[in-house]
Amino acid sequence: MSVEHEVPGAGRVAGARHATGYDEATRERLAADAAAIMARYPQERSALLPMLHLVQSEDGYVSPRGIAFCAAQLGLSTAEVSAVATFYTQFKRHPNGTYTVGVCTNTLCAVMGGDAIWEELTEHLGIDHDETTEDGAITLERIECNAACDYAPVVMVNWEFFDDQTPDSARDVVDRLRAGERVAPTRGASSVCSFKEMSRVLAGFPDGRADEGVGAGPATLRGTLLAKEKGWRAPDFPDVAHVEGQVSPSGGAPAAQAQPEETKPAATGAGPTPAGQQPGADPKVGAEESSAQRPATTPSDTSAEGQQRRQRTDDAKES
Amino acid sequence: MTTLAPVLSAHWDADRSWTLATYEDNGGYRGLRRALNMQAADVVTMVKESGLRGRGGAGFPTGMKWGFLPPPDGGPRYLVVNADESEPGTCKDIPLMMANPQSLVEGVAITSYAIGCHHAFIYVRGEVLHVYRRMLRAVEEAYAAGYLGKDVLGSGFDLDVTVHAGAGAYICGEETALLDSLEGLRGQPRLKPPFPAVAGLYARPTVVNNVESVASVPGILVGGAQWFTSMGTERSAGHGLFSLSGHVQRPGQYEAPLGITLRELLDMAGGVREGHELKFWTPGGSSTPIFTAEHLDVPLDYESVGKAGSMLGTRALQIFDETVSVVRAVTRWMAFYKHESCGKCTPCREGTFWLLQVLQRLEAGQGTSGDIDLLLDLCDNILGRSFCALGDGATSPVTSAVKYFREEFEAGTHTPADVLFPPERSALFQYTPRRRTQLAGVHA
Repeated sequence: MSVEHEVPGAGRVAGARHATGYDEATRERLAADAAAIMARYPQERSALLPMLHLVQSEDGYVSPRGIAFCAAQLGLSTAEVSAVATFYTQFKRHPNGTYTVGVCTNTLCAVMGGDAIWEELTEHLGIDHDETTEDGAITLERIECNAACDYAPVVMVNWEFFDDQTPDSARDVVDRLRAGERVAPTRGASSVCSFKEMSRVLAGFPDGRADEGVGAGPATLRGTLLAKEKGWRAPDFPDVAHVEGQVSPSGGAPAAQAQPEETKPAATGAGPTPAGQQPGADPKVGAEESSAQRPATTPSDTSAEGQQRRQRTDDAKES
Repeated sequence: MTTLAPVLSAHWDADRSWTLATYEDNGGYRGLRRALNMQAADVVTMVKESGLRGRGGAGFPTGMKWGFLPPPDGGPRYLVVNADESEPGTCKDIPLMMANPQSLVEGVAITSYAIGCHHAFIYVRGEVLHVYRRMLRAVEEAYAAGYLGKDVLGSGFDLDVTVHAGAGAYICGEETALLDSLEGLRGQPRLKPPFPAVAGLYARPTVVNNVESVASVPGILVGGAQWFTSMGTERSAGHGLFSLSGHVQRPGQYEAPLGITLRELLDMAGGVREGHELKFWTPGGSSTPIFTAEHLDVPLDYESVGKAGSMLGTRALQIFDETVSVVRAVTRWMAFYKHESCGKCTPCREGTFWLLQVLQRLEAGQGTSGDIDLLLDLCDNILGRSFCALGDGATSPVTSAVKYFREEFEAGTHTPADVLFPPERSALFQYTPRRRTQLAGVHA
């Protein structure tokens, strides 16, 4: 990430003063928050993503001083922090609007009408992807699948669900957001919070709003309610009495009998799914031709000093 | 006829379904009590015998994955729950955590006890604010009630749980990329072996399991392995969430035994959109090869779907009717894979880029006569040559769509997709497109 000038509430302007650091009180407050985040993990570096959310809760984007702050807290270089920040789409490289309005234009939502909603909003707001309205209210984004396909087409406002949208309903939402009205998602808190408030929650600091809103929307409940109506149930649990007893200290030893076997564990994430692969038939990653197996050819391959070197930059340093 | 079998979703309609009180009222935490009265090894055995397979896509047996951990050496062992649900079409874990996060927390406690883990992590994608709120609150409630923390329910077992928010990256659903991300790095997949069971989080033995897999564990503890295997097929046991979306009358979550068919599910969901017919569908997200109407009776279990040329994946059933251009659908998916490719390996990084270029000109009706062969050749150079499954998955929609709808790709050499298939006919509302022959994706 290049060094950026911070101008509150607007884009960067040539010649604007470059904010190089937080004032003492702010820094102390953020440092206390950062310490609380680090305490959640066995290793401090795991705190980096939540800390970048924390920076966004303060500055409305990943600011140069925020990067310097994270680097100082975690003993990293600013380059190392920037490398992480630029990998993730939620970390913004420019001051974000008060509300991120994301229109899902992945295949299913696009086909169901997401493309039409996108056309409507870009034209209505006069901005394109990753741009912000002049009043600083709305940053518009094309987003990828947000796991609400049964409510397509989906719009997200500060990552709260606005289900079953139309061009008219989406335009109404952005108009009300710009007018400063309280806008409620279809599934979520009773009103949308600001980008900064959202970022603080994502840093792991609850805002006390978990009990607001519904447990499930109508699509989520379709199977549950249909089964009730038809009297369909999963098989009953056999003889549940035997599990009701008191728990006694059992000191059960961790299961560890098994040696790693021939079969390989496969990815079970809800993300990338291997195609045409069955468990145990993985492609032979890590075979001889892999780059990770190449012999050491440069000093940085072997020298601890080369690997440890901290890059310093003068202008993005926390002062 | 197969009927629904709600287990995880049985009480989603309850008042304040997400609270601990509601969960306990409906029998919650009986599974944990039973587990704590058993030897940990016996819990692993029970889950192995249940035949539970990973619900995140790959279908690897969950109990066996737990069993891969090496013997304890006195150091920490970790459970990491993959709650980074991002596969296009997949929408089961997010509503589960919204409606009943306690079922996941109980599963985490049981799994941790079984594998000897004292610090578990739930990695939730960052783009679902309210779900993250609910998970934080659920863990807080579970601590207060003694289900987590020091000396869980007086058993002497200690467990801490950290709920971690991601920051927007599909690749972090790949288990080793998720681990790198959780360590505060760019989310890029690791070379395997070593597998996470041997060297996972902080290079310690780690189990990475999907949300639905972990949330299914409490039921197995209460009902027993045989209760679980009484649902589903011999090699695909148990219940699973089937997510219907797209051109279907009543889209939503339908929890059923594995082996149910799309025909049965469509019946329950009121059929395809009124006045239209099924054209193509995905059995398990965009990374699983598409199916057509000829596959309506394929049992949706791991083996049958595999035999029919696709994968059960995440049971994300995206339904598209005859108004949809398959070229447009595949092009848009490719824009997604190109955007989400982490850049680590060349076949995926460059391959998705080139696939998108070719698909875009076909969508615009400007393809060349060699483009279909070019697409297939590109896919051949990605599949099995990529670092992780993202690259492999990117080829699935292309090769399967060419297989079933080759003529639509051929038409892409002379006629734009939105002329052959006007997009306003697919939308759920009336509108007039402003721009014709629009290419996919700002990320393009």
